[in-house]
Amino acid sequence: MSVGREGEPLNVVGALAALLLCQLAGETIVVAARQVFPAFAFPGPVIGMALLFAVLAARGSIGRSLDATAGGVLRNLSLLFVPAAVGVVQYGPILLDYGLALIAALVVSTVLTLVVTVGVFIAFANRDDAEGSHDA
Amino acid sequence: MTPEIAEIWVYLSASPLLWLSATLIAYVVADAISMRLKRHPLANPVVIAAGILVGLLAATKTPYPAYFEGAQFVHFMLGPATVALAVPLYRNIRLVRRSLLPMAMALVAGSVTAAASAVAIAWLFGAPGEVLASLAPKSVTAPIAMELARNLGGIASLAAVLVIATGIIGAIIVTPLMNAMKIRNYAARGFAAGVASHGIGTARAFQVSELAGAFAGIAMGLNGALTSLLVLLWLFVAGS
Repeated sequence: MSVGREGEPLNVVGALAALLLCQLAGETIVVAARQVFPAFAFPGPVIGMALLFAVLAARGSIGRSLDATAGGVLRNLSLLFVPAAVGVVQYGPILLDYGLALIAALVVSTVLTLVVTVGVFIAFANRDDAEGSHDA
Repeated sequence: MTPEIAEIWVYLSASPLLWLSATLIAYVVADAISMRLKRHPLANPVVIAAGILVGLLAATKTPYPAYFEGAQFVHFMLGPATVALAVPLYRNIRLVRRSLLPMAMALVAGSVTAAASAVAIAWLFGAPGEVLASLAPKSVTAPIAMELARNLGGIASLAAVLVIATGIIGAIIVTPLMNAMKIRNYAARGFAAGVASHGIGTARAFQVSELAGAFAGIAMGLNGALTSLLVLLWLFVAGS
């Protein structure tokens, strides 16, 4: 995969604009879809991700600026959840109102989901490997 | 407080700059602690940073909406960051293509397990219907979950709290759980983190490896889509 010429300065603003443009297109699609199906619930950014993926696949390369910008944002993905997490602690008493039921449901269900998902994934991945194609 | 300090405080607290800076600094501190503890799962940077900020908000008697005036700029970046997930996904395209069947099967199994097990356990404990409805989409990214909870007759704000709590629980337990299960397939580990605990699980997966992060990101998107579809189906069946 080509990553662009080495000497070129990074175009961070251009890469950010590309990310925002994909999100904007995604949000527009969601708003348009809601005109037809009011119950349609889907976040624009996830559609934006699919759009950017399609663009990358069509172009056949990522580009150094987008690669560096996306990498920088994703390496600090945890930061972006901090404001929402602060809000949860503020609204924490709701959780305690329902007490043990909710805490038990969340913990047990999360463990079960992780175990089931990884188990099924591995079961089918191993089946593929047994049939041949194996690298990395 | 002396009058001079009070005056400075009045000025600063009215500007978004203060809590934006505080959010970034709290994260830098939290990330350094997490790094120092060799990315131990319990030293989750989201939890540490939120803890520092909650302490600051309580000490200064700052209400959450005033904090969010500043923090919204960080929160806003969640959108472009979600779009950016396409980049690692594309970089790992060959492995993604080869994993389509395991991904599809694991997605359906995980998505149904997440919603059904949470609702069943809370129902056994006698939780009321609106709580069950808010709990069903808890493994899905917050904006979808809030909308789905509303459509199911739940409470959107409770759903958001449950989503974030699920994300944090998943981010903390995924690594020790997968290690205990002796799973070395990082695509599978990442995918499970994304299905069970959306973006916060994805953030944790990126700490472990880029491959895990890429699969967590696609799992988060796919689980949002599938859960929305399942809720639509449920409403259709229950309504007829």
